[in-house]
Amino acid sequence: MKKVLVILMLAVIGYSLGTSFSTIKFGENRIGDPKEEKNVAAYYLNRTPDELSVANVITAIVVNYRGFDTLGEVSVLFLAATGLGSILYRRRKKGEHPEVITKPASQLLQSGSKLIYPAILVLGAYVFIHGHLTPGGGFQGGAIIATGLLLMMMAYKDFEIRHNVLTWVESIAGITFVSLGLTGLIYGKTFLENFLPTGNINDVVSGGIIPIIYIAVGFKVAAELAGVLETLLSNKEND
Amino acid sequence: MIFSLIILIVLVLLLLAAAIYAVMQKDLLYATIATGVISLILSILFFIMQAPDVALTEAAIGIALTTIIFVFAIRHTSRREDEILIHEESEAQTLDNKENM
Repeated sequence: MKKVLVILMLAVIGYSLGTSFSTIKFGENRIGDPKEEKNVAAYYLNRTPDELSVANVITAIVVNYRGFDTLGEVSVLFLAATGLGSILYRRRKKGEHPEVITKPASQLLQSGSKLIYPAILVLGAYVFIHGHLTPGGGFQGGAIIATGLLLMMMAYKDFEIRHNVLTWVESIAGITFVSLGLTGLIYGKTFLENFLPTGNINDVVSGGIIPIIYIAVGFKVAAELAGVLETLLSNKEND
Repeated sequence: MIFSLIILIVLVLLLLAAAIYAVMQKDLLYATIATGVISLILSILFFIMQAPDVALTEAAIGIALTTIIFVFAIRHTSRREDEILIHEESEAQTLDNKENM
């Protein structure tokens, strides 16, 4: 009975997706020609350099034109990390050391990760600071930093980041995002509207509040993912 | 023109091979590594299709973080897919004993 229901649901979903996707020609110019003025792509491509002076159109769409959806995505990440932490986190007693990694890592891994770890942190910071100029942004830069922290956690037994610091960084970054949106509301415009002056295009300081929001998102994602990895790593193994 | 087509076809065939291997393999650790290979090839395909933001995101999250979270989950449960847990076996044995009596 359950299999019949599943196949029926798959047929309904497949049919509705098929009828809506069959109007787009495969391999054509990505949902409408960007040269025609009335399509969505042309709208964003024409308005971004004049209004915002931002070189990366994807960043402008994610942070400015669709900024409220980004706020929803950041809150979903926060809920996932909080749920994982509430199930798996155990407050350690004083002096109890998490003996999860019993053998030390090999010499190659230890010396290699010590050399490459600062470079990974700098790369992650570069990606989320220059999110409005080069491809990348807050989410990508935060994930790169979390990967660097994971490398150190796997190579050295006693590398640990205190949960207090991670929680404070994440909370302050989230508060910064929401308070920037509310400041736009106070200035008489809409929520998450640009209120700082936009400079010249291709400058680091350009685009109003877009770099500030992406820096906050980068810190928040890095702290969340590092907290999730630390919770998983410091859990004792089942027998 | 024909060279880029050959590269695309080779990458898609590697993707399919890694996906089929990940489903059919019974040792879950090997299947997780195959999932990481799928994310790697997908990130290269995104870059070829001129979407560098999506390629960066897939590379950072799909290759490193998803693989390590799956490895942690496998570590806390069983490593092979067709393992019988010990208490299920002993329950089957006690049921057999009751039927024989």
